[in-house]
Amino acid sequence: MLAEEEIKEINEEIKQYPYPAVACIDALKIVQKHRGWVSDESVKDIAQLLGISNEEVDGVATFYSRIYRKPVGRNVILVCDSVSCMIMGYESLYEYISKKLGIAFGGTSTDGRFTLLPISCLGDCDNAPAMMINNDHFNRLTADIIDELLERYK
Amino acid sequence: MSLEVNMVKIRIDGKYFEAKPEKNLLETCLSIGIDIPHFCFHPALGSVGACRLCAVKKFRDKDDTKGRIVMSCMEPVTEGLMISVEDPEVKAFRTSVLESLMTNHPHDCPVCDEGGECHLQDMTVMTGHNYRRYDFPKRTYNNQELGPFINHEMNRCIQCYRCVRFYRDYAGGKDLNVFASRNHVYFGRHEDGTLENEFSGNLVEVCPTGVFTDKTLKKHFTRKWDLTNAPSVCVHCSVGCNTIVSERYGSIRRIMSRYNGAVNGYFICDRGRFGYEFLNDEKRIKSVQIRSKKADSLQIIENEQLFTSLNNSELNSKKIVGIGSPRASLESNFALMSLVGKENFYHGISEREYSLTKTISGFFQHSGALIASLKQIEKADAILVLGEDLTNTAPMIALAIRQAARNVPNQEAKKKGIQLWNDAPVRELAQDSKSPVFIATLFKDSLDDVAEVTFHSSSEDIANLGFDIVSGLNNITTDSKTGKKDHQELAGKIAQILKNAKNPLIISGISSGDKAILHAAINIVTSLESVGSGVMMSMVLPDCNSMGLALLPGKSFQDLFILEESHRIDALIVLENDLYRRADEESVNKLFEKCDRVVVLDQLMNKTTQKADILLPAATFAESEGTIVNNEGRAQRFYKAVGNKTQVQESWRWIGELISNRDNNQTDKWNLLDDITESMAIELPLFSKLRKYSPDADFRMLNMKMPRQTIRYSGRTAINANISVSEAKLPQDPDSPLAFSMEGQNENPPSSMVPFYWTPGWNSVQAMYNYLDELDGRMKGGDPGLRLFEQSTGSKRDSLEYNNQKSEVRKNELKIVPVYQIFGSEELSAVSPSIIERIHEPFVFLNPKDSEFFHLSDEESVILEILNIKLNVKVKIENSIVPGQAGLSVNLPGMPYVDIPGTGKFHKL
Amino acid sequence: MERPLTQNIIPGSAALSLDDYRKNGGYKSLGIVFKKMAPAEITNLVKASNLLGRGGAGFPTGVKWSLVPLEGDRSKPNYLVCNADEMEPGTFKDRYLLEGNPHQLIEGMIISAYAIQAEKAYIFLRWAYKKAEEILRKAIDEAYKAGYLGKNVLGSGFNLDLYVHSSAGRYICGEETALLNSLEGKRALPRTKPPFPAISGLFGRPTVVNNVETLSWISHIVRNGSDWFKGLSLTPTGGTKLFGVSGKVKNPGTWELPLGITVRELLEEHAGGMLPGHKFRGALPGGASTDFLVEEHLDVKMDFSTVAAAGSRMGTGTMIVLDDKTCPVAFVHNVERFFALESCGWCTPCREGLPWVEKMLESIEEGTGKMEYLDLLKFNAKYFGPGNTFCAHAPGAAEPLQSGLKYFYDDFVKHITDKKCPWR
Ligand SMILES: Cc1cc2nc3c(=O)[nH]c(=O)nc-3n(C[C@H](O)[C@H](O)[C@H](O)COP(=O)(O)O)c2cc1C
Ligand code: SF4
Ligand code: FES
Repeated sequence: MLAEEEIKEINEEIKQYPYPAVACIDALKIVQKHRGWVSDESVKDIAQLLGISNEEVDGVATFYSRIYRKPVGRNVILVCDSVSCMIMGYESLYEYISKKLGIAFGGTSTDGRFTLLPISCLGDCDNAPAMMINNDHFNRLTADIIDELLERYK
Repeated sequence: MSLEVNMVKIRIDGKYFEAKPEKNLLETCLSIGIDIPHFCFHPALGSVGACRLCAVKKFRDKDDTKGRIVMSCMEPVTEGLMISVEDPEVKAFRTSVLESLMTNHPHDCPVCDEGGECHLQDMTVMTGHNYRRYDFPKRTYNNQELGPFINHEMNRCIQCYRCVRFYRDYAGGKDLNVFASRNHVYFGRHEDGTLENEFSGNLVEVCPTGVFTDKTLKKHFTRKWDLTNAPSVCVHCSVGCNTIVSERYGSIRRIMSRYNGAVNGYFICDRGRFGYEFLNDEKRIKSVQIRSKKADSLQIIENEQLFTSLNNSELNSKKIVGIGSPRASLESNFALMSLVGKENFYHGISEREYSLTKTISGFFQHSGALIASLKQIEKADAILVLGEDLTNTAPMIALAIRQAARNVPNQEAKKKGIQLWNDAPVRELAQDSKSPVFIATLFKDSLDDVAEVTFHSSSEDIANLGFDIVSGLNNITTDSKTGKKDHQELAGKIAQILKNAKNPLIISGISSGDKAILHAAINIVTSLESVGSGVMMSMVLPDCNSMGLALLPGKSFQDLFILEESHRIDALIVLENDLYRRADEESVNKLFEKCDRVVVLDQLMNKTTQKADILLPAATFAESEGTIVNNEGRAQRFYKAVGNKTQVQESWRWIGELISNRDNNQTDKWNLLDDITESMAIELPLFSKLRKYSPDADFRMLNMKMPRQTIRYSGRTAINANISVSEAKLPQDPDSPLAFSMEGQNENPPSSMVPFYWTPGWNSVQAMYNYLDELDGRMKGGDPGLRLFEQSTGSKRDSLEYNNQKSEVRKNELKIVPVYQIFGSEELSAVSPSIIERIHEPFVFLNPKDSEFFHLSDEESVILEILNIKLNVKVKIENSIVPGQAGLSVNLPGMPYVDIPGTGKFHKL
Repeated sequence: MERPLTQNIIPGSAALSLDDYRKNGGYKSLGIVFKKMAPAEITNLVKASNLLGRGGAGFPTGVKWSLVPLEGDRSKPNYLVCNADEMEPGTFKDRYLLEGNPHQLIEGMIISAYAIQAEKAYIFLRWAYKKAEEILRKAIDEAYKAGYLGKNVLGSGFNLDLYVHSSAGRYICGEETALLNSLEGKRALPRTKPPFPAISGLFGRPTVVNNVETLSWISHIVRNGSDWFKGLSLTPTGGTKLFGVSGKVKNPGTWELPLGITVRELLEEHAGGMLPGHKFRGALPGGASTDFLVEEHLDVKMDFSTVAAAGSRMGTGTMIVLDDKTCPVAFVHNVERFFALESCGWCTPCREGLPWVEKMLESIEEGTGKMEYLDLLKFNAKYFGPGNTFCAHAPGAAEPLQSGLKYFYDDFVKHITDKKCPWR
């Protein structure tokens, strides 16, 4: 069941479009904002709200990389693995985080605090290496900065 | 291709051809017979340019030697177009496409159901991809459980997107889609579960590989090349889609669609495809049986014994009665009529069905109205459906309407210079705009999503709406039949739109059982014609040969009950008909009590066969040859796929033998199908056309019959070695030019005689291209079947009476209207195991208000009493049915006959 | 040297506010447009300026606009869409404009929308650009309040609604027709062209899609004229361009410079040359989907036609530098992996060819590659090259692959013969 708040926000999005199905991506993002990810259950709820089939919603949901169809930790670390960051050494940074949290790309730490994912170019190439934690950007990363950041997000 | 105005000249590998500019280059080449490999293009679905296999070289002009690669499916045909299919660079590119498609393919052809008729295999050979260079692990997927019809094996997928384009875009299905992206795209459902769409079976043919295969075939799998095939016609509704029936080891293995440009095109519905399994039912009647007086049970006897035991005087008697059947062939019904005499021949259908069907057949015969074929339905630009739940009573008409709904937006696309084969842009431009389709039915239908307006109401309101449309067309504004302002406004709007349309179409039928609805529909057609409209009409009938039967003389079944009240009947002969599905049990029982001898010809045991004194094993469509007439009056012939080895034979042949026997073998009645056709032609002028409509039994191609088996048919000499080591004699088929053999002549057979599709290089169903004049067009030599009614203009007609009394419904009662189900309401298909899985228990649709009033909840079992008949049914709360009216599922297995519409009341359990 | 697009942006500080933007002449062009210019005149002006699209393909903007039918059915709106998806690796120029001067873009969009008579406009924004999103939403709010957006803009009778649509993350969304599908809430599959979006675009209506940088130019061109614009570049093309450099250079960053400066100037003067101890081996001049330029190309002028003549593409003008401490195979592998992962999965060569390439490159990099792979890589680069695929995604991937093989062939061979990466 979608929360009232979610339904309200989705209905708000629907208003700017010619028909409700257009709000599919917005709806998925709204649900994910509230729940961290989009479950099968949520796919069905969204489908019902927009008057389309589960298949239609899931076809869209599974296409986009920033819609999570599996549960994630409380914080999502997105490490840029594209070419400029590679040149500037994202790989050792990744290894550092990975070792520290005991998880590889795709994993969630046992305490549920972090999920570690790769992301393609963050548009921060002149300040590489870069990453995001949740909605926050960080660049010119070093091991020290990482240590500090991992402390900051609970 | 025939020369037409507006043709353009194009050059393909140095040769010049005339081509139609509204076609794309790929269709053009395929129509000419130039093989261009392709996957994502399908003639019914148009082009999307996804697979990139149909690449050709295009040259700017004569001096351009380099050229550039273009996709032929996306290339408009224009004057002076110069292309090469054979250019080495583009050939190499096509091979590369195949190579990369095969990188992840499981190479499991030996165990794949598609093997031997696989488009992917054909394309692999055609492009010349032989050796793998990819040496990494393959991607794999999990499969889904998709219900009783379709098997899923995703690893074989080559991502051509045809499945979703057919299922979603063409057939309006919602529960199949593509998921994920890149080389992980997945075609399936959101989660395991039955594919809901009524046309899901076409995935089997649309999918070019073995991802979606026929699950019923899997249970008794046979390779295409080992099948014995016959051109046939579907017997599961009145539309008459053309099919191919295939046999091995005496049992039927599958049904595929058979192309008919005027009827079903490339597709058939799931009832038609999967309903065949009744043919293999254990309870099939395979031998002659006679009731022994002592044991009061049926005993198997030899044919000869039959004739000695049948008393000739019985058959000579005046007190002999024959009951025909709308699911038996024209020939069998005619034979019975000949045996018993016209005055003793009864149409084995209810009074209601009889009179409504007669209204339609009479109108069709005498009005000269334009009766739409399925193909013509697809061309309509404004449609009114009056009272017919098409998805359940004539599924393929529903599918055709879905296509017609695109016609108006298509005109917009044309104006913007977008060619109609360019599928995606046409849809993107159209968005959700559609041709005007108005659906006035008793409750919702899965076709509703294409409707501009749906009008779900009582049958009275639907008829009234119809009559108001008539008034609107005749500019009479005063006498609204609905009495409701909004209904009248809607009627006015519909009238206006129908009047302004170029090819309006009115569809109705008799499933609502409501005469007023039918009359309204006919009057709309008449009124439109009187204002010069090119209106088309289509009427849905209940059974595959309802129309054929209606065209024969004969009385209604009901007349029999009245007429014979005090008479006894010496012999009652029932032709392929379970009378308990036609009238209430009491009346039928009484009838049987009056008969001294009951002879029943049928295929499956039912309540009627249990009453037989003599039971004759009648051949099904798969074991016989005959003609049925579809709802548009198209006579179509089916051919046998199984050679008779048992006592089973065509009903007309049984009856012919009875006649010969009665006449002490003075006459040799109807040795061949052609003989009975001749008799019919002589006796009933309407059928005189049938003489020439398909090749006679002695038709030969290059002095040979046409083979039912492919050249690679295996095991002919050994197939019965477990029974006898000597090679069995091949079954004979004196009635048709088809042979039970792999030998013969199969190139370019007459269009009605195509038992399977195969041409060099094409083992898949795509081989059918070579049997067509042009893709999506007619079959070479004209589409099979013969229309019995001619369109004529100017014939003046009177309108039919308006007589729509409000049915009297007392308090605590409801008006009960019939609800048909694609799976379950048709007698024969309902016996097939896969269909059984899709059949609901008997149910009643109830508006929430009524359910509240009667204190009934959803899914609750309840007794519904109609005319003293008590039915145990499940309540289904249904918003779309109006209060005061309830919808009762009809004809589901185990349900007795009830004469509805009528009134009924509930008793709590 | 004029820097019209960026002169008011102060790196590191907040975005230009509405007031500051106005102080510098902002929104003046709106007055000119609504008082003096018919829609078609604006289009003609932009045509005359020869403004080439800054999204990567360099298509003349005025020509694109002129395809939009201004007559015909107006019961549903025309659309203008700003492509702010910027997801190509190595590209970060649009972010600079979005975060620095949002009103410049908004004013440009209002004028552009008026020129094509669009009543609805969207900014299709990259998911990750959270800061830009905040800035844009605030700026749009301000613009509504000031009467630049909404009903009857500045009393002109012209209505315009402008929305920000933040994406859900896929590189292919940047392809203009895939972007339209995404805006319609669908899977971002590219569409068939023709028909072009100008004829049938968003919701089947005439639509123009332009890049952030392209649209940011419009108010300047209206105010200063086409000749002024043409005079800005060192080549006949016209205008300045946002250039960027990333990789092992001393001073990576973004600069607005005239079209026609050389690769060398960009690298040495603006990016400060290579980091100490690093040598230049090559660069993708305009993002990941462009061909390598190498030492011999250092004097090539950075303009659409001149870079093309050197065998590469101007692309987005943001350069990724390959140095001698970075393995070229790893570089190419990284880029190809990106393209393989971002394929939409619609057409065969891209969907199947790219993962194959990616696997071979991975294998070569890890020292398990075979010599046959080199031919297969070349073969694939041609196989999913221009004309063979449905959209320009895979052909973009072909560029670094084919040129990488051409210029760094020996490095590939060495990986295979040594059975290991010489850089590890
Ligand atoms: C795979 C792919 C990704 C693209 N990504 C972007 C992008 O992120 N931003 C952009 O402006 N153009 C992108 N483009 C180019 C657009 O398709 C389009 O040409 C551009 O938005 C037009 O704007 P312009 O004429 O102002 O350059 C991309 C093209 C392709 C093929
Ligand atoms: S090249 Fe083909 S598969 Fe790749 S992104 Fe474009 S359309 Fe999709
Ligand atoms: S058939 Fe032309 S691209 Fe698939």
